[in-house]
Amino acid sequence: MKIGRGLLIGIPVGFLTVFYLYPVASILLAGLVEGGGLDFTPFGDVLTSASLRGVAWFTLWQAAASTALTVLAAMPIAYVFARFEFPGKRLLSALLTVPFVMPTVVVGSAFLALLGSSSPLGINLNRTIWIIFAAHVFYNVAVVVRTVGGLWSHLDPRMEEAARSLGANRWQAFRTVTLPLLRPAIVAAGSIVFLFTFTSFGVILILGGLTYATLEVEIYRQTTVFLNLPIAAALAVFQLVGVTAVLWVYSRYQRHREVGLSLLPRLAVARRPSTPRQRLAVAGMIAYLGAIVVLPLAVLVARSLDTGNLWRFYRALTETGSGSTAFVSPAEAIGNSLWIAGLATLIALIVGMSAAAVVAYSSGPAARTFDLFLMLPLGTSAVTIGFGMLVALDWPIDLRANVLLIPLAHALVAIPFVVRLSVPVMRSVQPRLREAAAVLGASPLRIWREIDLPIAARALAVSAGFAFAISLGEFGATSFIARPDTPTLPIAIFRLLGRPGALNFGQAMAMSTILMAVTAAVVLLVDRLRIRDIGEF
Amino acid sequence: MFATRSVPRVGARLIGAVVGFGLLASACSGGGPDTVTLLTHSSFSISQSTLDSFTEQTGIQVEILDGGDAGAMLAQAILTKDNPIADVIFGVDNTLLSRAVTEEITLPYTAKALDGVHPFTLLDETNHFTPIDYGDVCLLYVQSDFEDVDPSGLFFNPSFGDQLVVEDPSTSSPGLAFLYATIAAFPEAWQDYWTALREAGVLVVAGWEEAFYGEFSGAEAFSEVPGGDRPVVVSYASSPVLEVLFATEPISEPTTAIVEESCFRQVEFAGILDGTDNREAAEQFIDFMLSPEFQEDIPLNMFVFPALRSAALPPVFVEHAEVVENPLGLDPEVIAANRDQWIEEWTEIVLR
Repeated sequence: MKIGRGLLIGIPVGFLTVFYLYPVASILLAGLVEGGGLDFTPFGDVLTSASLRGVAWFTLWQAAASTALTVLAAMPIAYVFARFEFPGKRLLSALLTVPFVMPTVVVGSAFLALLGSSSPLGINLNRTIWIIFAAHVFYNVAVVVRTVGGLWSHLDPRMEEAARSLGANRWQAFRTVTLPLLRPAIVAAGSIVFLFTFTSFGVILILGGLTYATLEVEIYRQTTVFLNLPIAAALAVFQLVGVTAVLWVYSRYQRHREVGLSLLPRLAVARRPSTPRQRLAVAGMIAYLGAIVVLPLAVLVARSLDTGNLWRFYRALTETGSGSTAFVSPAEAIGNSLWIAGLATLIALIVGMSAAAVVAYSSGPAARTFDLFLMLPLGTSAVTIGFGMLVALDWPIDLRANVLLIPLAHALVAIPFVVRLSVPVMRSVQPRLREAAAVLGASPLRIWREIDLPIAARALAVSAGFAFAISLGEFGATSFIARPDTPTLPIAIFRLLGRPGALNFGQAMAMSTILMAVTAAVVLLVDRLRIRDIGEF
Repeated sequence: MFATRSVPRVGARLIGAVVGFGLLASACSGGGPDTVTLLTHSSFSISQSTLDSFTEQTGIQVEILDGGDAGAMLAQAILTKDNPIADVIFGVDNTLLSRAVTEEITLPYTAKALDGVHPFTLLDETNHFTPIDYGDVCLLYVQSDFEDVDPSGLFFNPSFGDQLVVEDPSTSSPGLAFLYATIAAFPEAWQDYWTALREAGVLVVAGWEEAFYGEFSGAEAFSEVPGGDRPVVVSYASSPVLEVLFATEPISEPTTAIVEESCFRQVEFAGILDGTDNREAAEQFIDFMLSPEFQEDIPLNMFVFPALRSAALPPVFVEHAEVVENPLGLDPEVIAANRDQWIEEWTEIVLR
């Protein structure tokens, strides 16, 4: 068990040291070391600049507001998904994850079509903070629905019913019984959404209309436009400090919040809507989901079809420009996307699950600090990580221009997901189950295999789905490392959008639709695996 | 329960596969003396057959590294100058040239065909960078909206600002080129020009895609979906050619045209990265980039003009591409000295 525990700690610490700490430290030092010593003047420059202080403040409050709005928007969906069975539920649940992988340029154009100056709904949010919030909700709603809904679908409804029969009204029963039980999942999902929106880049740049900038946007500008590494490094340090502070508050709050739950099989929880009121709730939720998630996606699908010649753009994907180095066939893009995402998921699960086990089964300040450290890659600027890898990873093996750096960078973003989604589930295992097994003579390994693993496997499936989606969507540092010729679906979309022409635009939309289909298919598959392998407990 | 039992074994096998794959991949990449690695931007494109012909002639394979946009690519080259990730860099333009020269990332090399290029492309006297192609960033307008107007007025008269969408120079390379165009055209009064544009209601967006597909009313001809409501956009001189070339139904004339007086010339350069262990192959590749075969392949892949004077143009370029006679330009040294200051001033005037 000692060796096992050493390995559990060693894998995540080793991975994050090599692929996160070392690169980030290298690029920060490159910016901050001046003539052999540390130079702190860039920090002063940042603090005394009113516009940079404004950027920091905006970054913080827009992330907090986006997180709150996302949680609010997601709760009704999570409730209906957890409590009711209805036809098409699995497909809807898979579609919910699709926004997560869509390139911001593509989503931006769909949002502008729906909520811009020529909006068919008559709502013009163009260049307001509200279009940023709407996009953040669109992107992240799945994180909350799948995390919270996952727990909710196993909560015994009889607890709430008991409260009702003792005289509580619906709201009181929810607030005093269900909400406290869901809190670990809500806070876990909220912290992820916060980190995502805190480091938001594309949404702000494309929909924000330049009056808004986050630290992430400013770090990008300082690095690639002005090549001002000292200021970029100082901003990155402020970003890290901000993220750490928020995570610290979060971990203080989370302490002692986890409760051992008696969870039910989800089939015992969800039922078909029977009363008119329930049917209305389900129908209303589907319409609501249609408006906030399906409609923007439908705009893109519609644009991928040519009115005169329906499949023209899909056919063109395999033909137009096929002799050039920039050409990517759909099959090649899908193939690259899938193997890179598969590898990234595998790495993220191995590293993330080991780390989650360490965090879940230990307590004390060391474990809390470790937990906090594991979240940092999600809150660190992609520019900092990407250029850091470029500066640092040339020894002993030169990984800088190696294809493998792409899945490794994706895994780095996915690991915090795996940890965050797994720890609450692992902690929810009631200790007396383990004690009972030990009393009956089971070895620790056997206890882990027979009790912890099946329960953790639920988290494993959810986090595998997200890790895969993170990689499919090309999150994070990969935009800033030089990539060998392995175009994935998002890269192919960028290339097509980069050249004007009706045929190219249509093909970009067709490729986007393929990306949606691949994502939905993978999520459906993961959901199926979850049901078959883990069984119900 | 079988599934849970098999997890450790599957895990071990997968770890083995990952490690094995990693070793394999690292053994394959990196190249030997018979491979030249080209660091370039995401817009780079050339016919596969052209690269194959280079390999046939010399026995040297070409590997392409996509470094993102031109600014990010140059930042990568500068950050790795002690141990470069490639042998050749392509895509540094005249707006970035001075920074690249000052940082001393490349080795001097006089390409065999250098005396055959257009003289205006020779911007680096030290030959650390070799010109490969050039193109213009111009105002592009919807012809039917301005039938009775002299198009040059769209540039010279800032009251057209309410018709115009531009890109932010700090996030977009055409946006930066257009800022330079205004500085070159109105050296003493460019701040006033932008103040007037702002007062008239110019629209600024982050990137070319958002400007073109999101706000430009002429985009309908390029995407079959309604674009925005601005009939003038900062784009490339080749845009009308692409409109014809990539129309869904064949068209004979583009619906858009450029304002010649507003054009700023961009020249793209290639260089041999200092620290390459493959200098001879890199030199051969630079020479190949200036050969007629590569040069004549440029227009229909990257939609810019070849630097080599003798290179023949494809018919669609001859017919629809406007060769701008007297484009605007700025000395790379002047750009290097003022660039950050200009962008900050522009941001103050237009965005704050």
